[in-house]
Amino acid sequence: MIAAAWTGRLGRTGRFLWSAWSGLAALSLLAALWQFGHEVYGDFILPAPLATVRAMGAILSDPKSWDIAVLTSRRAVEGFVVSALAGALAGLAAGYSPATMRAARPLVTVLLGVPPIAWIVLAMIWFGSTDGTVVVTILIASSPLVFVGVAEGVTTRDRSLDDMARAFGAGPVKRLTTLGLRHVAAHLFPALAISLGTAFKVAVMAELLANVGGIGGELARARANLDVAGALAWVMIAVAALIAFEYGIVHPVRSEFERWRAAAVPWGVKR
Amino acid sequence: MSVLQLRDVGHSYFGRTVLDGIDLSVARGEVVALVGPSGCGKSTLVHVAAGVMEPRRGRVERAYARHGMVFQGPRLLPWATALDNIAYPLRISGMRRGERAQRARAAAERVAFDRADLGKFPVELSGGMQQRVAIARALVAEPDFLFFDEPFTALDAALKRRMQDLVIDASRAAHFAALFVTHDLIEAARIAHRILVLDVAGRGVAGERRLDGEPGAREDRAVFETVQSFLKGDPLFRHIHDVDERRVA
Ligand SMILES: Nc1ncnc2c1ncn2[C@@H]1O[C@H](COP(=O)(O)OP(=O)(O)OP(=O)(O)O)[C@@H](O)[C@H]1O
Ligand SMILES: [Mg+2]
Repeated sequence: MIAAAWTGRLGRTGRFLWSAWSGLAALSLLAALWQFGHEVYGDFILPAPLATVRAMGAILSDPKSWDIAVLTSRRAVEGFVVSALAGALAGLAAGYSPATMRAARPLVTVLLGVPPIAWIVLAMIWFGSTDGTVVVTILIASSPLVFVGVAEGVTTRDRSLDDMARAFGAGPVKRLTTLGLRHVAAHLFPALAISLGTAFKVAVMAELLANVGGIGGELARARANLDVAGALAWVMIAVAALIAFEYGIVHPVRSEFERWRAAAVPWGVKR
Repeated sequence: MSVLQLRDVGHSYFGRTVLDGIDLSVARGEVVALVGPSGCGKSTLVHVAAGVMEPRRGRVERAYARHGMVFQGPRLLPWATALDNIAYPLRISGMRRGERAQRARAAAERVAFDRADLGKFPVELSGGMQQRVAIARALVAEPDFLFFDEPFTALDAALKRRMQDLVIDASRAAHFAALFVTHDLIEAARIAHRILVLDVAGRGVAGERRLDGEPGAREDRAVFETVQSFLKGDPLFRHIHDVDERRVA
């Protein structure tokens, strides 16, 4: 049984690696378009992809740059964790209590409607040039996404399963831990993936505007020096960090939770 | 001595009364079949009796230690394997993982569920297999009272018979009492000590018939003849095969 579980896991990893090839093909296409743009507009406007990669290599060979990338990642992940927790708890409360839901809906609409840049300006006034500015901006920008996902998950839960659990003597807490949270997880992971992306984007943006170092700070410097290759290289580093977190943590956990969904898909169309 | 007693129980959904003035009792070790036309409130009655819903009126008294339940649909957790689904009641009661799996495997064996399929998810199982998982789940905690709500509707004739025999044997061996909802009179006459007929509109229990002999000791022929005499000569069973009359009216 355990062996079967592990071969299943190995199979999923294999399929995942295989799908990396198609991802690579798409990225190569993007690189080709980029190269084309470079040849049309020249080195100053759009440096060649290879030149950018070389610039990236030069940046990464300096240990100080790693500290910068880690600083930004740390801020993004901090903000992500805080907003995931806040969003998930509020979503659970709203899902189980219709009154809270009615009160929260308009708030979410407002929070999602205000552009993150406005929050950055406010946070800068409140917190000055500190980590707090970055984390708070991420919290405001990405917790509503998690909130909506979780609340949606709770309200779409299968009540007949709740009845089943009650028939077998499950109290409210057992029903929440064995049914509610499990169902919510299916809605939570897509929301988490989006909010992680938002966290990185907002982190870089907040760093740039609030002048608190990190990748955003490097971008600001590259702009001042008109160093387009450097700016592109830092963008690529930020994207690489995001991808590392998404595919290193969010996706594996998610596929573990969704094995039963994969089982429902017939052979040959597994993605 | 009765282990389950309903006194003047009534229930309504959004102000529409579906059950009223229900009195019934089940004795220790007794299997009671509950029959009635579709939509007369059988499932509602079982849910109220099992404590899934609070009755709007009346009282439910339970004098057994633990119950199990088989619902009208399988109601399996889609994200859990067959084994974990069977073990679910044990998980609720806080049993350790290893022991849970062992007990669940034993329960699966009792309902003739193939060991090789225990690692599959509900979507990978046929309707009959899903229903057997649901039956195993009801038996796994070794309850002394069982609620069955049309448990064998999704099974083919041979398997249905086998499952009925299983209930008969289990109720004798484990000496559990049961309230067994069905619309199949043959089934009722095979496995029950007593048949209760619910009123067409859920207004009380219309009547009851005690069956001769012990379940499991009855000849197929005798069962068939009993049912024929019910259907032809007994006014109590006149509306049994009606569809939901309130909806038609
Ligand atoms: N959740 C619900 N909300 C509102 N009405 C309901 C609900 N469940 C059942 N009813 C109504 O209550 C009545 C009795 O339903 P119930 O499911 O108890 O019937 P039943 O006797 O089990 O029928 P069947 O033999 O078809 O399973 C039906 O008229 C149905 O429309
Ligand atoms: Mg029913």
